[in-house]
This record gives sequence, structure tokens and C-alpha cells, in this order.
Amino acid sequence: MSAAPDALASRAGFSPGRLGAMVLRYLYLLRSSWPRALELLYWPAIQVVLWGFTSQFLMTNSSYVARAGGVLLAAVMLWDVMFRGQLGVSISFLEELWSRNLGHLFVSPLRPYEWVLSLLTMSLVRVMIGMVPAALLAIPLYHYSIFTLGLPLLAFFVLLLVMGWGLGLVIGALLLRHGLGAESLAWLAVFLLAPASAVYYPVSVLPLWLQYVAWTLPSAHVFEGMRAVMFESRFPLDHFLAAVALDGLYLVVGTGIFLIAFRQARERGALLQMGE
Amino acid sequence: MSHPVIEVTAVTKRFGETLAVDAVDFAVPRGVTGALLGGNGAGKTTTLSMLLGLLLPTAGHIRIFGEDMLRHRYRVLPRMNFSSPYVDLPHRLTVRQNLTVYGRLYGLAHLGARIESLARDLQIAEFLDRQTGKLSAGQKTRVALAKALINEPELLLLDEPTASLDPDTGDWVRGYLETYQRRSGATILLASHNMNEVERLCSDVMMMRKGRIVDRGSPRQLIERYGRDTLEQVFLDIARAGERFDPREAAQ
Repeated sequence: MSAAPDALASRAGFSPGRLGAMVLRYLYLLRSSWPRALELLYWPAIQVVLWGFTSQFLMTNSSYVARAGGVLLAAVMLWDVMFRGQLGVSISFLEELWSRNLGHLFVSPLRPYEWVLSLLTMSLVRVMIGMVPAALLAIPLYHYSIFTLGLPLLAFFVLLLVMGWGLGLVIGALLLRHGLGAESLAWLAVFLLAPASAVYYPVSVLPLWLQYVAWTLPSAHVFEGMRAVMFESRFPLDHFLAAVALDGLYLVVGTGIFLIAFRQARERGALLQMGE
Repeated sequence: MSHPVIEVTAVTKRFGETLAVDAVDFAVPRGVTGALLGGNGAGKTTTLSMLLGLLLPTAGHIRIFGEDMLRHRYRVLPRMNFSSPYVDLPHRLTVRQNLTVYGRLYGLAHLGARIESLARDLQIAEFLDRQTGKLSAGQKTRVALAKALINEPELLLLDEPTASLDPDTGDWVRGYLETYQRRSGATILLASHNMNEVERLCSDVMMMRKGRIVDRGSPRQLIERYGRDTLEQVFLDIARAGERFDPREAAQ
């Protein structure tokens, strides 16, 4: 029997084995705690129920909604993709702070970028666990299936998820800088962007200055695109390309800020001190 | 001639205005069990953290296994490990799950057999499938040791390895570390306040005070140099000396 590190894995810079190990670590945690698993299901389901009734009401009282049934439900579910995407990164990150485990992780051969990739992977897992049941729940309850959006749904999903990742990494950087004192940011920060994201109304409703802000958010382009698909049955390529470019920027900037914060944490000795 | 396992040259660490480690130089040869000994705030944990790469020095150089830790730490990390009572393993994961995660982080082959073997050696088999957070302090220490030995490290860094343990468990841990060192030929460096532990385990003791290594030798050499009966008395001589500490003067 040999317990020596696998030679190939040691030589290679990137190790899928280590990435897998970190995903496994978060899955173990998720499986061990029913409140954590329930929390994944709870909010998306509550949101769908709440906004589902609102949507039903507005459909009979608003020509805006009447023109495309399910527009509010689609907006709620897509908004939750972004929120859950960000929260998925932040919660997995917080798990390490709560368990005071960073010191052990970073004396192992785990690279910071492998850790980041494991956080993003777990974010996708958490979003799927939360959103798929919620989307399926909407079908019998409100006779609306978000899957009728077709292929654009996949584009919207990915674009919002990636924006959530970018935000999650920036929040992770703030947690590395400020410790658990910044914990509430994980739950609150994304809602600051909701008004300018124009989730439930067109960007043109916003004041002019806020419209400029909105066009710097991938989410505003996604929700404009969603309405174009639902109201006009067309896929707006300009919004799609703008969202792709902005997402790339958000992800690169988010990763950069996170890695800078990680290095600063090593300068301050914070990796050993952070905890509950 | 082979490199020492640890080479520290003029390493300094400042936190703002506070000088935590002050131009420290030392080397630890292969197969030696050494100790950083000193009071609270002497710089022991800061020095260990820099050796591990968790903390970046303000100045100076650290080489482990001949590799520069600032540039090539990932070449070195698979060959070393660490344990501290102040860094936890995730509480909600079982012992086996924690060891599985860390075994995979180190890219180990035959991981299941390795965990079983460690479980036998460290007497943790009976609670392998229990949540780590539900274990007693002594059990947690043995689990932390299992994590620290999962990759059979050639260099083991330990921060207060028997802190908060009862004498029986502490004695057991020290015995296990002696066995591991003899069997593997590993180099061990520990930071400790426990004089009995250091006298028993270590052949090379570096006395730290205010961020500097103020004296060094085997426990017997230090005891003789200071004309004392125990290492604890030497520790107190150094800890209670005035601002202008001179080891030669203190030894007289």
C-alpha cells in the first residue's frame, strides 16, 4: 500500500481530483444538515407562491401582464437564479469561516483558484436544487412553464448565474477583509441591484441616470431580453452580447478582487484567525 | 550535502507598528524534532504560519526542502502537514468524511486503506462515522493528528500539539509522535509552552522572546548553560529577564 501523493496530480498545476475533493466536502455538509437543504428549497418556493398569486391578479388587471402571461413568474425565477448563484458562492465560503477551516485548507496543495472553482460548482448545484423544483411547482399551480422560453432560457440562466458568481466573489473578498462582521452582505448585497436590474418593469421606466447604471448590469440586459422573447417573440442579440461582455468583465474583476483579498489575508495572517 | 529541511534567513514580520518576528535565522536538519519555545506573543505561531505559507513575511527568505516557499510552495506542500488546536476541521462532517476530503486534497492513492490504517494507529476507528464536532477534546486532537499525518508528511509542523489535553491523553499523543518520527524519519517542528513535552520530544530547542531567537540548544545544554534543574526554570529566566536580555549574562 502506498499513500504517496499521486505523481501525476502532483506534477500537474490543476488537479480535477482536488476540485472534486472540495465539491465532495460541500456535498457532505449539505447532506448532513436538513436546515441547510430546506433553506435551499424554502425561499424559491415561497417566492414562487407569493409572486404567483400576484401574477394571477395582475393578469386580469394589467394589459402589460395580460400580453404575456407568466412574465412576472419568469422574472421572479430568473432573479432568483442570480440571487441563488451569488448566495451559493457566499454560503460555501462562509461555511469555511464558520468551521475555522481555512488554515487547514491552505496548508494543503489546494490552489486558491481551485477553491474558487469549487465554490462556483457548488453554486450551480445549489441553484439547480432550489430552482428546478420551484419551476416545476409553477406548472401545476399557475399553468406556467418557464421552459416555454426555450433556448433563450438557457442563455438567461447562464448569464444571471455568472453575474451572481461575480458578485459572490466580491462578497467573498469583503468577507476575507472584514471577517464574519460582513456576513450579512451575503444576503443583502444583491438586492441593492434589484431596482436597476429592471426585473419586473422595462428599463425605460427608470430615471435617466439610473438607466445609465442599469446598462452596466448584465441582469438589466437579461430582463429586457426576457421581455422581448415573451412579448415580441424575438431574441435580442444586442442585449445578449452586451450581457455576455459585462458578465466576462464581472467575473474577471470579481476573481481579481477575490485573489487580491486572499493575498492580503496571507499578509495579515487572517487565514489562521478567521472563524465563528 | 543535502539541504536542511527548513532554512530561515533574516525573516521579519511586522503587523503595522508591531514587530512580531525580528530578523530570525535558523535551520532544521532532516530527521530532527525541534521546538520553538517562548511565552505568549514571543513569535512562535507567527513563525510557524510563515513556514506554512499561511502568512507572508515582511522580509527574509524561507526555504523548505530547498524550495523557496514564497515562489514554489505548491511543490513543497504535498510533503508537509500541520496541526493546531486553534484551527478546526468542519464540525458537521464525520471524521471519515473530513479525512476523505483531505486525503483527496493531497491526491492520495488507496485512501480508504490509509484512513483505516490511521484509524487503527490513532485509535479513532470507533468514531470514524461520528460528526467531528461531537467528539471530546482528546478525540478531536487524535483526529487532527490523523489529518496531519494523512499524507505521511516528511515535515510536520505542530502548534501546541497537546494544549488543553488531560495528562494521559497528552502523554499518549507525545508517545505517538515519537513513534511516528522514529518510523518515518520525519522532521518535526513544534511550538509549545509545555516544557515536559519539549524535554521529552525535542533535541533542538529555540528559545523565542519578543520575536527573536535568544538562545538555542538541546534541553540538556540549555539547562546546564543556565545552571538550572529543568527547562521550565530556563524558560522563566528568559521570560522574566529585563528588556536588555543577554543570554550569556542570563546564563551566568
